[in-house]
Amino acid sequence: MKLVVDFNKCSSHGVCMGVAPELFEVRDDNFLYILQEEPPEEMRPKAESAAAVCPTGAISIEG
Amino acid sequence: MRSITIVGASLAGLRSAETLRSDGFDGEITIIGAEDRLPYDRPPLSKAVLEGTRAPEETTLRDQEQFDAIGAKWQLGTKATFLDAANRRVHLDSGEQVSFDGLVIATGASPRHLPLTAELEGIHVLRTLDDCVAIGKELQASPRVVVIGAGFIGLEVASTCRKRGLEVTVIEALPKPLARVLGDEMGDACAGLHLDQGVDLRCGTGVERLEGTTRVEALVLGDGTRLEADLVVVGVGVSPATDWLEGSGIELNNGVVCDATCATNIPGVVAAGDVARWYNPRFGESMRLEHWTNAVEQGMAAARRLLVSDEEAEPFAPVPYFWSDQYSTKIQFVGRSAPGDDVRVAHGSVEDNQFVALYGRAGKLVGALSFSRPRQLMDFRRMVENNADFEDALKHAASL
Repeated sequence: MKLVVDFNKCSSHGVCMGVAPELFEVRDDNFLYILQEEPPEEMRPKAESAAAVCPTGAISIEG
Repeated sequence: MRSITIVGASLAGLRSAETLRSDGFDGEITIIGAEDRLPYDRPPLSKAVLEGTRAPEETTLRDQEQFDAIGAKWQLGTKATFLDAANRRVHLDSGEQVSFDGLVIATGASPRHLPLTAELEGIHVLRTLDDCVAIGKELQASPRVVVIGAGFIGLEVASTCRKRGLEVTVIEALPKPLARVLGDEMGDACAGLHLDQGVDLRCGTGVERLEGTTRVEALVLGDGTRLEADLVVVGVGVSPATDWLEGSGIELNNGVVCDATCATNIPGVVAAGDVARWYNPRFGESMRLEHWTNAVEQGMAAARRLLVSDEEAEPFAPVPYFWSDQYSTKIQFVGRSAPGDDVRVAHGSVEDNQFVALYGRAGKLVGALSFSRPRQLMDFRRMVENNADFEDALKHAASL
């Protein structure tokens, strides 16, 4: 599983970070950082929740 | 359950359909939509699309391939007119009837109109893509814009029009913008954003009447002021779209009444999104939310509810979240505010338009508001979720 963020769409709501702080972080510069680009399989439900609630639909999961 | 009908083809309906499939439902799905369009994203309508930086068709929520992959029968451009609960059928304005085993009600809400808008041209509400395109067309003539109602839609329209260099007046009947959602003090912070950008903000006054022959020319306010206007956008709230459910036996009370699991009083009928009033056990109150994120989460929850037994059903207990982009400020709120909450600016400063304010009630943190501080806000989302003490939240804010 690979996390992909479309940074043209991302507007740093940080909702993904609220649901999956292990995977996403908005830093003080107000940009989003992916903490684990290829997280272990057991993180899939959290990654899917984060993708589902992203207000700009910027997060996708490959594989 | 062999067939599921979803009434409402916007965000909540779409997420319901996708969840039914991802959870293994392989029966028939019918999706009925009043607008003749596949589901599209509404938040950009008052912002990027109206500003002209995003094309209307770029609001589609999925590409054609993804819509097709759902394997649903779409009946678009047709309205549900009645729910025959006994025979489990939805009546449509085309005269057709659609039978179902399970039903998701996701008809959303309709904008309220002013009683006095009569037949004048140049007066709009903003809910649909068609509304947005119609307003956008008028903006090209550089009109003097009057926005009635300083709620989120009205303020976003004001922000977008100012970005386009237009003259904007906002009229709000209450003493402050957004006071009902954010409280008085934070209403002032919001007002500040608009005053800084040259909006003529007039609070505490209503619209007495509109003048014009075929097209709006002016408004007369409650205090007698006469304002010339070329374009009026009305943003005075929405009402849940439940007309078609009158007399169906489904319980209504400013929305479709649901239990904590999104189930209505009729077995096999659930509701989600703007139209649903459900009991949120996390806050111990029945609520109806008109937020994007709720349409997503409740659409998913309601779909799951249809696929499980009463015993397996889980409560839908989200921490509400909404946002609004105005000028360069991102306003975000997590949790649930109420009049009388203890509101404290706990991080940053209101003058800089960069801060977090915390909302406390009975010693607990119930909500948090951020102006352009998304990172800090999300800490408080987790604290609301964990029912944190207000004092602990204030301490945490001080340590940021």
